[in-house]
Amino acid sequence: MALAHDAPKDSFRLSMLIYDTRYRAITIQVFVLILVAAFFAWLLNNTIENLAIRGKEFNYGFLWQRAGYDIGQQLIPYTNDSTHFRALLVGLLNTLVVAVLGCIFATILGVVIGVLRLSKNWLVSRLMTVYVEVFRNVPVLLWILLAYVILSEVTPSPRDFKAAEGVEPAASMILGETVAVTNRGTNIPAPLVDHSLGGFEIGGIPINFTVLAFVAVLVMSFWANARILTAARLRQEATGDRPTTWWKSLLVLFVPVIALSVILGLHWEIPALAGFNFKGGILVAHSFTALLVALTLYTAAFIAEIVRAGILAISKGQSEAAFALGLRPGRTMQLVILPQALRVIIPPLISQYLNITKNTSLGIAVSYLDLRGTLGGISLNQTGRELECMLLMMAIYLTLSLSISTVMNFYNKSVQLKVR
Amino acid sequence: MKKTYLLGAIAAATMVAGAASAQATLEAVKARGELICGSNTGLTGFGAPDANGTWAGFDVDLCRAIAAAILGDATKVKFVPTTGETRFTALQSGEVDVLIRNSTWTATRDSELALDFVAVNYYDGQGFMVKKDLGVSSAKELDGATVCIQTGTTTELNLADFFKQNNISYQPVTIADDAEGQRQYLAGACDAYTTDASGLAASRATLPDAENHIILPEIISKEPLGPVVRHGDNNWGDIVRWTYYSLLVAEEKGITKANVEEVAASTTDEEVKRLLGTSGDMAVKFGLDADAFKRAILAGGNYGEIFAANIGEGTSINLARGLNALWTQGGLQYAPPFR
Repeated sequence: MALAHDAPKDSFRLSMLIYDTRYRAITIQVFVLILVAAFFAWLLNNTIENLAIRGKEFNYGFLWQRAGYDIGQQLIPYTNDSTHFRALLVGLLNTLVVAVLGCIFATILGVVIGVLRLSKNWLVSRLMTVYVEVFRNVPVLLWILLAYVILSEVTPSPRDFKAAEGVEPAASMILGETVAVTNRGTNIPAPLVDHSLGGFEIGGIPINFTVLAFVAVLVMSFWANARILTAARLRQEATGDRPTTWWKSLLVLFVPVIALSVILGLHWEIPALAGFNFKGGILVAHSFTALLVALTLYTAAFIAEIVRAGILAISKGQSEAAFALGLRPGRTMQLVILPQALRVIIPPLISQYLNITKNTSLGIAVSYLDLRGTLGGISLNQTGRELECMLLMMAIYLTLSLSISTVMNFYNKSVQLKVR
Repeated sequence: MKKTYLLGAIAAATMVAGAASAQATLEAVKARGELICGSNTGLTGFGAPDANGTWAGFDVDLCRAIAAAILGDATKVKFVPTTGETRFTALQSGEVDVLIRNSTWTATRDSELALDFVAVNYYDGQGFMVKKDLGVSSAKELDGATVCIQTGTTTELNLADFFKQNNISYQPVTIADDAEGQRQYLAGACDAYTTDASGLAASRATLPDAENHIILPEIISKEPLGPVVRHGDNNWGDIVRWTYYSLLVAEEKGITKANVEEVAASTTDEEVKRLLGTSGDMAVKFGLDADAFKRAILAGGNYGEIFAANIGEGTSINLARGLNALWTQGGLQYAPPFR
């Protein structure tokens, strides 16, 4: 005879989905999931129906049609006979060049300002405070416009460079007659090679062997230099005396590039006034310069605050210990404080890099033809395919941002405290 | 169970949304008691608010005529400023009922953008404006020049074609609207400013030193400008088209704002009677009141009067009728008969 009954074996009833705590959480989640899915289905359906009403179909075929318009700044060859896809690539590269340069300059400037703001020198630290507060509290669009207006209003027009009879020209080129700053842009010398290595295209993306060769040589040089320095450090740690490396570094860093330049016949094309504008060389439009300068100054203010926060997060004992070991303040910052502060600095720094990348789209205000200006501007207008262009543009910005944060997350992992 | 309700609700919501957008534009305008007209963000003579904030101009007066025809009151128009970039989206999405904003009629816009150009109220062509001291007398001498160009316009494509055909080069500076174009041009950021010749004349008129700027003789394209409606609502397109034609016929028959009542009472011309609604039910067939076209003429006068008041010789814009004269005077403006 059994003394105790087993608990009655409950058969599953539908009401248990709501009243039984074991199932309730799942029920709610499934219900919410269905709601969300339904919402998106409704959005999609609405879009399709409204497109159908207007007799438009969703189609990316326009990307392979002739674009028909011209772009001022082009890093890869482009004419108005090229396709809209090619215009997209030109725009994307214009976006990337501002984003990458902006990230580099903003980081350098931001770190310097962040460190200086903690300086014991009253004047320096106050000046940096003023910089940070002024730049981060005014919308970046205004900075871009201001930079553009200043650049185009205070610089001379190309005509002022013309020498009239017996009259000195009102303006002249700078840096040994190689660079001309006009109210349209900055004309700088262009590197040209006599013996091009040629190139080819993959899926509309051009590959230039000459550029690749220079990049490869530079990468190899830096890698070799790093090897030399590592070897010297190991030697110093093992024996206490450091071998001379400066001439080896110079040799490794400069000789291969110079050799390649000589072989390919590198020379510089100096801009010269011809007709209405300077011809030859590279024209760096003021829209580009203004966008880059404004984004750099603006974001540097944020990065400075991030760096300052990171440094302040390191306990005072660290610097006291370093001083006790006899390290000078500069070395303390370089060897003890900054490496530890990086752990705090990197994650918010990623956000700033993403901000720069996205803020490049504000270039539209100064007619900078980036991705927003080509694909999301002229191509969209001329083809009338708003939905396709906007979705594609969002996908590209998303991919770009996610790639940046992936790379930066790897770097973040490498500087994090290793728990062994 | 819940899911079924949900799906039912979604289906209902979608149907309501679908029905709303399929509703005829005429009914929507009547119910609203106001015509929403897409206009320029500010082009003197064609469509720009004056010092008191009242919109005035050649395109604006056509909007007023349409409002008068439909609603009987020329002031019941809301003007929505649109840029070259936003204008067609604003029309397609139903934000505006009709777009009268110096827009060029092209095959692509008719087909791919699903729009209908119902008439041509101004025959135009693209030209260039340069400063006199640049020393240029022909657009073909612009090799290497920096050119300011409005983005999202047909002029952008014409410009590329023109320079390619003449085998000369240029540096484009893209700008969003006419005001920015003028600013950049005056600041010297570009050597030449290009847009429709009428737009150039309008821009030049507002410059303080107009005599120092010249419009080059080359007209590099055909730019028929006209009112645009959404494709598919044919009755609405007919109303806009025939309101415009009524203004043309009025000029042809010598009916002006001042004498329209008198003519309506005394005329013996059967076409004029049909136009003014004193005989037959011409306007009623479009879904309007019998005297709709008479009200349109009363709003701003006939085509010639609107032209003379806003952009004609004697105004600051100072445009000759040229191609826009009536067909009886050697121009292209020609209305089909009111029969």
